[in-house]
Amino acid sequence: MSNTGKAFANGKAFIPFITCGDPDLATTAAAVRAAAANGADLIELGIPFSDPTAEGPVIQGANLRALTNGVKTKHIFAFVREIRKEIDIPLVFMTYANVVFSYGAEAFLSACRETGVDGLILPDLPYEEKGEFLPLCHQYGVDLISLIAPTSEHRIAMIAREAEGFLYIVSSLGVTGMRNEITTDLAAIVRAVRQNTDIPCAIGFGISTPEQARKMADIADGAIVGSAIIKLLEKHGKNAPAYIGEFVKNMKDALR
Amino acid sequence: MSKGRFGVHGGQYIPETLMNAVIELEEAYEHYKNDPAFNRELAALFQEYAGRPSRLYYAAKMTKDLGGGKIYLKREDLNHTGAHKINNVLGQALLAKKMGKIRLIAETGAGQHGVATATAAALMDMECVVFMGEEDTKRQALNVYRMRLLGAEVIPVKTGTATLKDAVSQAMREWTSRISDTHYCLGSVMGPHPFPTIVRDFQSVISKEIKEQILAEEGRLPDVILACVGGGSNAIGSFYHFLQDKQTRLIGCEAAGRGVDTWETAATIATGRLGIFHGMKSYFCQDADGQIAPVYSISAGLDYPGIGPEHAYLHDIGRAEYVPVTDEEAVQAFEYLARTEGIIPAIESAHALAHAMKIAPAMPPEQIIVITLSGRGDKDCAAIARYRGEDIHE
Repeated sequence: MSNTGKAFANGKAFIPFITCGDPDLATTAAAVRAAAANGADLIELGIPFSDPTAEGPVIQGANLRALTNGVKTKHIFAFVREIRKEIDIPLVFMTYANVVFSYGAEAFLSACRETGVDGLILPDLPYEEKGEFLPLCHQYGVDLISLIAPTSEHRIAMIAREAEGFLYIVSSLGVTGMRNEITTDLAAIVRAVRQNTDIPCAIGFGISTPEQARKMADIADGAIVGSAIIKLLEKHGKNAPAYIGEFVKNMKDALR
Repeated sequence: MSKGRFGVHGGQYIPETLMNAVIELEEAYEHYKNDPAFNRELAALFQEYAGRPSRLYYAAKMTKDLGGGKIYLKREDLNHTGAHKINNVLGQALLAKKMGKIRLIAETGAGQHGVATATAAALMDMECVVFMGEEDTKRQALNVYRMRLLGAEVIPVKTGTATLKDAVSQAMREWTSRISDTHYCLGSVMGPHPFPTIVRDFQSVISKEIKEQILAEEGRLPDVILACVGGGSNAIGSFYHFLQDKQTRLIGCEAAGRGVDTWETAATIATGRLGIFHGMKSYFCQDADGQIAPVYSISAGLDYPGIGPEHAYLHDIGRAEYVPVTDEEAVQAFEYLARTEGIIPAIESAHALAHAMKIAPAMPPEQIIVITLSGRGDKDCAAIARYRGEDIHE
């Protein structure tokens, strides 16, 4: 089992997303500690990008705040190197292809291994383009996480067969952000995945309440929450980590 | 290497949610591009509705005044809706209609592509939503009104620099939320495959006509063809049928804004580097961390931090040249053409004119220069007046 897969060894997984540097890296560190201490099974760390085309307004705002405050990729690697001394759960980067490409894919992935980043999620790198980074991901032992969308249909088998770490199931059409209702037939998608792979499935996009998380966990192996956590950062700024800890605890309790 | 490559450039760097949509589009296009009925229908729209072929006008006064090569203007500004954008839009709208789509969404910078899309939607009874940077809705207020008049909804985009790149990002986001009945009518030779190829093919009518017209008029091919480049659709349309004619120089004119040695520029080839953005690998204006730069040009239509992948490739292999032209040079050319030929060009097209004015005097009189006037300049008059210090508002 790859390191990211370990997130699913402890019952249904709860996966929070935090944008690095929103509002600063000290707050991100405190938020990561609070999430880990309250039952997060894996943490998705966002490296901010100027033009995050898969994000709704909430996470766009986090990206903008972090960049305005001057956070750079090299600062984020330094931050991960430090936080890794205290945190054992898998850490996965979520960013855009140009951030990796611009840093130099090999330099980026070797820094992932050196600092202890276990996986990489790039929403603008579909199956057809994964050759861009996959050989280097393998070389440095970083899982390149694949996404499956409500529109994937006959592509599910192809994506699932080659997936590694876990599969990120996108719950709904559109961009990230909280939704009152998720109407996609996710059970059918997970069934199609299961026919092709044994790796775990986590559902993300639009999940913000314990009830929604429980529903998703009934269908899949875990739930990913981004915008609801970023909202806490937007509202409480440097004081957000305590609220994030409480939120993570409620979500994880709902999955137990 | 994945599909839709021009050398290392191009590809399909988009969310999984959109993959089946671009595959469906590619399949439909591969079918209809060879379908005689589709091509007859499109040819009729070009001729009867858009007013093609557009004129290749011999600019005698400009030629005489500059005292060098013989200058022809390819008059895309005379097309219905006032720019080359209609060529691509009629093609894509017809294709979308055949695919059973009932709704067109589009991004727009100067507003010309938005107006063209709103026009085609009105003609073909389709719904239309146009995303436009809030900054551009102010610079091009008249075009916003035109789109609304044509029945389109215009959504001002407030994120980022509130210009063309943000309008593209927002249109992509909108497409991921509503795909089944909606076609994203992308306005330039950019974005994920198959858009760079589809848009190029629909715009290649420009170079097809230039070739026929110049051979009929002069009995030989032009020595130089110039066009402005933002994403690069009128330029690739002007170059395409000359790519194999190595004796014809192809020059794309980028918007240098306040100069390529300043941050206020949109000249991608001059100041950008290889990257991945908006669905494609190409050259982009960006910082050391790969954050896309907040570019600037007086021209809303060229105010884009990237360039189409085929242009990036033509640059790599040296088949086309790309030169930067500043705001001031473009404005001077804008004023020059108005006074010399009685033609008010789009400020975008004025970038190509400005470079032609630099090279024409040094060319012998038997040489031929073709400049594509991609659009007309009515939309720009108020902004240029303000640039010159006159307080005019639309």
